[in-house]
Amino acid sequence: MIPAKFDYIKASSVSEAIGLLEKHGDDAKLLSGGHSLIPAMKLRLSRPEVLIDIGGISGLNSISEDGNEIVIGANCTHADIVNSDRINSDLNILAQTAKHIGDIQVRNRGTIGGSLAHADPAADYPAVVLACDAKIEVEGKGGKRTIPATEFFLGIFTTALAEDEIITAIRFPKVANGNYQKFFQSASRFAVVGVAAVKDGDSVKVGVTGVSGTPYRATAVENAYSGSSDAASHAVDGIDDLMSDHFADEEYRAHLAKVMVKKALEA
Amino acid sequence: MQISMTINGKEYSHDIEPRISLAQYLRENLNLTGTHIGCDTSGCGACTVTVDGAAAKACTLLAVQVDGSEITTIEGMANGNEMHPIQEAFKENHGLQCGFCTPGMVMTAADILKNNPNPTDEEIRHGLEGNFCRCTGYHNIVKSIQHAAEKINA
Repeated sequence: MIPAKFDYIKASSVSEAIGLLEKHGDDAKLLSGGHSLIPAMKLRLSRPEVLIDIGGISGLNSISEDGNEIVIGANCTHADIVNSDRINSDLNILAQTAKHIGDIQVRNRGTIGGSLAHADPAADYPAVVLACDAKIEVEGKGGKRTIPATEFFLGIFTTALAEDEIITAIRFPKVANGNYQKFFQSASRFAVVGVAAVKDGDSVKVGVTGVSGTPYRATAVENAYSGSSDAASHAVDGIDDLMSDHFADEEYRAHLAKVMVKKALEA
Repeated sequence: MQISMTINGKEYSHDIEPRISLAQYLRENLNLTGTHIGCDTSGCGACTVTVDGAAAKACTLLAVQVDGSEITTIEGMANGNEMHPIQEAFKENHGLQCGFCTPGMVMTAADILKNNPNPTDEEIRHGLEGNFCRCTGYHNIVKSIQHAAEKINA
């Protein structure tokens, strides 16, 4: 299978990439790891006229510490995250999560920025950025801004990124006590349901992916957590767009969400 | 678009269309047909090669994306007539049946053993998550990689 024709431009800086996005608008797509985009282009589900390759931009692939936060460049691959000592010790939940994305080959190429921008409703990272209250740093023609994870995901494959904006980094607080529980779709290794829980004393923050078209914070679970042994039963409270497919219908998915939340709370 | 890269130790340079995948480039421009194309959408792993030492699915990389990289394909594993220890181990342990998935299995095995020279069976099985064998010969593939680890470490 061969994608439809496109022009390929290798951007050497963020500002160059933003300029190209501005110039080509809707006709352009950013390419980083390409592990969602290229298959979609081969299947002709996506036919961008211009591909702007940001994979080689230097400065987007570092993992650094800034006070109590860890800043991960958008071009860091899942393998970079799995292998980072800093992330393994101060943000272990993210290393745990990255370890279960796809397979070795996919982890060697796919990037955290690409995955978040793509916003696949079954992707793993959304649950974790939500539970950690991470911030997505973006840059566009109007300058830089920071989008809280809770305001980033708007729907299936839809985010708060403007057309001319690029994710440059993801800023996480250090997390001591967090875990990610995933029920795998056995062929694709995507999450049927994925739940991230970050605990701090009597409180918890819970991010859920794979259940609704928009990954969400299970606030009903969080509110019931302290003092209730039954908090997980609220996993899908208020969710009115439960996903349904041949792997899991609505009823089963809702059940699975409760089971995975319970596991994440008890882990 | 003009690209150049080092493949199995040799420099290549071609003018190609940006939409050509690395797998296609290897097979059709360079006649390196050991890299197989199965699903063509990054699921099956038959097209696995290493890019700058890390396993990658060549069907899901544009050749232009890896301009300037160092690529190793299955053809680059043997040293002349002397097979790579992973290839030897696959031969000795019946690690292949129809052989279609084998190049990808060998290239992924190289990545697994590079990062973990003494893997458990469980670790090998997890490492092969991205490689499908439709003959379902996984037991002997795991055995082959285990044996290859012993040979390399000996």
